Amino acid sequence: MLRDITLGQYYQTDSVIHKLDPRVKLTATICFIISLFVVKSWIGYVVAAVFLAVMIKLSKVPFKYMVKGMKSIVFILLITVIFNLFLTPGEVLVSVWKIKITREGVQTAVMMAVRLSFLIVGSSVMTLTTTPNSLTDGMEKLMKPLKVFRVPVHEVAMMMSIALRFIPILLEETDKIMKAQIARGADFESGNLIKKAKAMVPLLVPLFISAFRRANDLAMAMEARCYRGGDNRTKMKPLKYRGRDRIAYGVLAAYFAVCVAIRILA
Amino acid sequence: MGIIKTDKLVFEYIRRDEEGNVEGITRAVDEVDLDVKQGDFVAVLGHNGSGKSTLAKHINAILYPTEGAVWVDGMNTRDEKDLWNIRQEAGMVFQNPDNQIIGQVVEEDVGFGPENMGVPTEEIWARVEESLKAVGMYEYRKFSPNKLSGGQKQRVSIAGVIAMHPKCIILDEPTAMLDPNGRKEVVRAVRALNDVEGITVVLITHYMEEIIHADKVFVMDQGRIAMEGTPREIFSQVEKLKELRLDVPQVTLLAHELQRSGIRLPDGILTVEELIKALLAVQNQ
Amino acid sequence: MSIILDHVDYVYGGDTTLAVHALKDVNLVIPDGQFIGLIGHTGSGKSTLVQHLNGLIKPTGGSIYFNGEDIHAEGYDKKKLRSKVGLVFQYPEHQLFEIDVFKDVCFGPKNLGLSQKEAELRAYAALKQVGLQDEYFYQSPFDLSGGQKRRVAIAGVLAMKPDVLVLDEPTAGLDPRGRDEILDQVAKLKEETGITVILVSHSMEDVAKYVERIIVMNQGSVMYDDAPKEVFKHVKELEAVGLAAPQVTYIMQALRKNGMQVATDATTIGEAAREILRALRE
Repeated sequence: MLRDITLGQYYQTDSVIHKLDPRVKLTATICFIISLFVVKSWIGYVVAAVFLAVMIKLSKVPFKYMVKGMKSIVFILLITVIFNLFLTPGEVLVSVWKIKITREGVQTAVMMAVRLSFLIVGSSVMTLTTTPNSLTDGMEKLMKPLKVFRVPVHEVAMMMSIALRFIPILLEETDKIMKAQIARGADFESGNLIKKAKAMVPLLVPLFISAFRRANDLAMAMEARCYRGGDNRTKMKPLKYRGRDRIAYGVLAAYFAVCVAIRILA
Repeated sequence: MGIIKTDKLVFEYIRRDEEGNVEGITRAVDEVDLDVKQGDFVAVLGHNGSGKSTLAKHINAILYPTEGAVWVDGMNTRDEKDLWNIRQEAGMVFQNPDNQIIGQVVEEDVGFGPENMGVPTEEIWARVEESLKAVGMYEYRKFSPNKLSGGQKQRVSIAGVIAMHPKCIILDEPTAMLDPNGRKEVVRAVRALNDVEGITVVLITHYMEEIIHADKVFVMDQGRIAMEGTPREIFSQVEKLKELRLDVPQVTLLAHELQRSGIRLPDGILTVEELIKALLAVQNQ
Repeated sequence: MSIILDHVDYVYGGDTTLAVHALKDVNLVIPDGQFIGLIGHTGSGKSTLVQHLNGLIKPTGGSIYFNGEDIHAEGYDKKKLRSKVGLVFQYPEHQLFEIDVFKDVCFGPKNLGLSQKEAELRAYAALKQVGLQDEYFYQSPFDLSGGQKRRVAIAGVLAMKPDVLVLDEPTAGLDPRGRDEILDQVAKLKEETGITVILVSHSMEDVAKYVERIIVMNQGSVMYDDAPKEVFKHVKELEAVGLAAPQVTYIMQALRKNGMQVATDATTIGEAAREILRALRE
C-alpha cells in the first residue's frame, strides 16, 4: 500500500544519534559535507570515513539501509567517474585508440566517487535517524535568524510539514484515479512520448482538483482551530539542547578542526 | 440567552458565470432563529444542500451573516476582537477525516489547537492526554494518522477540538464518509462528551439513527427550519419526514406502517424495544 | 457466460513481514443476469475482490475466468475485458476530468477505439440510463451536485456497454435522497437491460431490498453466499464481524422470542408489516 511508505525513510530504533536535537544533526550534516570538500588528501578521507563509520555504528541503523540510498545515485556516480576518468588531462597510464586514461584522471575519479558516496551516506544518517517532523522543527529553529530579513521561516516549515502529511494521501489518490481510468479503458503505458503525455490528462486534472479541494478544507480546519501564523504560538515539543547535544557539537568542532588542519598541513 | 443564538440569520451567495457576471443570488440560509442552551445536545438534520453546513460555519465565524446576527456565548461573530475567542469556544469538526488532521502524529495534531492559542508546553501535554482519553484514542497517540481508520481519525479530530477547551462543539456531518462501525464509534464519543464533560453539542447529520438521543432536533429544508422539537415529536411525523425526503429508522417506519393498517400504537416509536413492548401490549388485549 | 473465481488468493506487501493476506481462497461463480450484493466492513477484502474481476489486480494464487477464458493467460485482451466488466469505483466523481459532461462520458467508448459518432451515441444512451436530464449534458461536470456527478461517473462506465456492472459503494457520502435515487436507478437499469450487477456495500439495509444474492466477506474470505433471507438468519455471526442485519430482522426475532408467532425471515418493512398483521389477526 502506498500509504505505508514512510517519507525520509526514518528508521525507528533507540540510539544516541536518534536522541540528538535535530539542529545538531542538521548542522553536523552540513559540516560533514563541507569537510568532504575541505580535505583534499587521502588522510583526510580516512578521517572522514572513520567519523562516518563511528556515526553509523552509534546510530544502530543496519548498514544496508544506508547503502539503499546509494542505489538511486548509481547512475550519477557512474557518469561522474567515467567523465573524470577519461577526460582529465595529465600523465597517460593506458591508451586504447583515442581513449586515454591518466593518473590524474584515476585520482579525481576515485576522489569524486568517494565524496559522492560519503555525501549520500552521511545525509542518510540524518534522515534515517530523524523524523521528518523534527527535521522541519529543526530547520525552523535554525533559520529563525533569517526572519530579520523577512524570510517567512515559520510558514515555510508549516508548508513542509503539511506537504509531508499529504504526500502519502495524494499518492494513494493517484493510484486510485489511475485504476479508475484504466477501468474506463485508459492506457498509461503504450504509445510515444506525446501520446503518453496526453494520457496523463485524465489523471492529472482530477488529481489537481482533489488537491485544491483538500487545501481548501485544510485551510478552513486550521482557521477553525485558531491558527493565525507563527506569532504567539507555543510549542508542544519545543527543541531544547541537552548535555549530549553540547557534547555532540564539541565532537563536531573537533572533527572539523582536524579536517582543516589536514588541509593546511598537507 | 443560550450559548449559541441566531437571530433571523440570512446567508446569500452570488453565483457568477465564467466571465464573472452575476447569474443569480442563492439564499443558502433563510431567516433561521436558533437558541441552544448550555449543555444541550442539538441535532440539525437535512439533506445535502438544505443549508445546514452553511449554518454551522456561521457558528465558528468562518462565514458571516448577510442579514441577522449570530452570538456565541454572548459574543457577536461580527465583532472582530472576539474572533479568536469565538473559535476557541465553539470548536468545529468537519466531514472529511483526512482533510482536517494537520499533524503527522496523533498527539501532535491534538496539540495543534492549544499551540495556536499560546498555551504553555506542560499544559498542552496535559490537555492532549485528557482529550485523547476522552475519545478513547490515548493508546494511539504515537500513531501516524494515515494508519488509522476513518472513525478513529474523526475521534482524533474531536480530541483536537476538545483540547482547546471549548464550551460547545459543532460537528458538520462527521460520519458522512464513515462505515457503520466508524459511525457508531464517533456518535458514542460525541455522546460521552455531552454526558460526561457537559459540552454543548451541535451535531449536523443526515442519519436519523444518530439523533435519537438528542435533546432537540432541527430539520432544515431550503435554508429554513422546517421542523423543530424532540426526537419523538419529529419522528411521529413520518409523512412530513418522507416529504422532506429524509430517512426514518426502519423501526419507526414499521410502526407507522402498522398504524396505518389499523393497529393502535403510540406515535414516534424510536427503538426496537419500544415497538416490541407496544406490539405485545396490543396482542394481549 | 459467467465469471468464475477459482481458489483466488491475494497477498500484498510481498515477502516482508508487513505482507497482508487480502484474499484467502475465494471461490465464486457469477452467472449472467444476477443482482448481487457484496457486503463486508472496511478492510474485509471486498474492494480488493472487485478489482480482480476486471484484471486491475492480478491474484497471487488461483485463476479468474471470464466466459471460460483465463483473464491472465498470455495474449488475453484486458482492454476488452474492462469494457465487458465495468467497474465503478468509490467516489467515482473524483475521476471526472473533461470540460463537459458529454465529453467525459465519451472517454470510455473512445478508448475502446469506437468512432466519434458511435461514442457519442453510447454516451447519450448511458446518460439517459442514469437519468440525467439533457440540460446538464454540456455543463462542466464540476458544477453539478454530488448526486449528479456520481451519475455522470456511472454513465462513463455504462457507455462501454458492459455485461457486468460492478459498483463499489455507490452511495457513500450521499444523503438518503441521493442514495435512494442512485439505487433505484441501478435497479431500473438492471431490469431494463438484464446485465449482471454487483453492488458493493457495508450496509445490509441498503441492499436487502434490491438484490437476489448476498456475498458476505470477512477477513479476505467468503463468509456467506446465499439468498438475503438465508444470510440474515445468521444475525449473531454477522454482528461478530461488525455487520448488522436489517433492523426489521431484529424486530421479528425479538417478537418471536417474546411469544408472538411470526416468521423471522422478513427483510423489508412491507414483508414485516404483513407478517405482524397476520400474526396479530390469528
